[in-house]
Amino acid sequence: MRVLFVVFFTTLFLGGCKTTEPSYYYGSYQTAVYSYFKASEVGASQQIEMLEGVIEQARGKGKPVAPGVHAHLGMLYFNTGNASLGQVNFDIEKTLFPESAAYLDFLMNKNASDKI
Amino acid sequence: MRHIQIAVIIVFVVFTSACVNLPPAYDYTNFRSADPHSILVLPPLNNSTEVIAPYSVMSQIVAPLAESGFYVFPVALVDQTFKNNGLTVANDIHAVPIEKLHEIFGADAALYIDIKEYGTSYVVISSDTVVNVSATLVSLKTGDILWQGAARASSAENRGNSGGGLIGMLVEAAVNQIIETVSDAGFGIAGIASTRLLSAEGHNGLLHGPRSAKYGQPATSEKQK
Repeated sequence: MRVLFVVFFTTLFLGGCKTTEPSYYYGSYQTAVYSYFKASEVGASQQIEMLEGVIEQARGKGKPVAPGVHAHLGMLYFNTGNASLGQVNFDIEKTLFPESAAYLDFLMNKNASDKI
Repeated sequence: MRHIQIAVIIVFVVFTSACVNLPPAYDYTNFRSADPHSILVLPPLNNSTEVIAPYSVMSQIVAPLAESGFYVFPVALVDQTFKNNGLTVANDIHAVPIEKLHEIFGADAALYIDIKEYGTSYVVISSDTVVNVSATLVSLKTGDILWQGAARASSAENRGNSGGGLIGMLVEAAVNQIIETVSDAGFGIAGIASTRLLSAEGHNGLLHGPRSAKYGQPATSEKQK
């Protein structure tokens, strides 16, 4: 009887502690975005390193990266003159999140027409 | 007999006043019929004196939206797109017609955020970092308001009293203010406020979006009814 009580209350208590596991891996994504906005202490190449790290860690944990990570990284590559890696990351964002396709295509077309 | 009656009334009042009533469940009718899949976070209006406030809130708002099951447009890239098109002031961005936003971003809904308080203040007894935000989710197809909410978070919520009477409290307040301004406490508090404001797990937060395993389930506040 006493054992039953203990089991019952333990389940009750642990049940109350249940937290939901995040669906995506964020790592230092928020901090990288914040650093980009602050545009001071942390340089663009360091922000790129942070985000490449986030993608690496997500892969290691077998979790999907958060929406926007690849798009943000692509933007950093474009801003630092690396258009090919920028394009690669925009394409990954579109594959992972088709909701982004219209916007990223709009940006790419705009870029292309600007160059011509 | 009369004493018993009074005692019953007192006990009753004490018990009922102890009950905290949560606000009534939000009416999700418009939200359900619009069924947004993607959310565009617009640069927030800033009514605080901290210039960094909108950037901190924009950085922290992504996670609770994504975890609730929505695609969130990359906030920094969105901000840069507005700037490249000559829109540098949040007030002007909030005035852009929804048709235009829908055309450029292809988003289902936009989140209009208003920062009411942000920052650390030193008020003799306690130094406190506060973030207070409200937000409105608007359908970019119809212009309907799908959801509205407000949330506040403060660093004073979890901090223990160090003891040592009034002097101890004064020292703690001064030390806290130094720690909080140096380590950018607002950024962390903005994360708590954002989750409180939006998370589909919270009372009167968003509904779960299509990328969530709980998509289509009733909202947390509707279950509590």
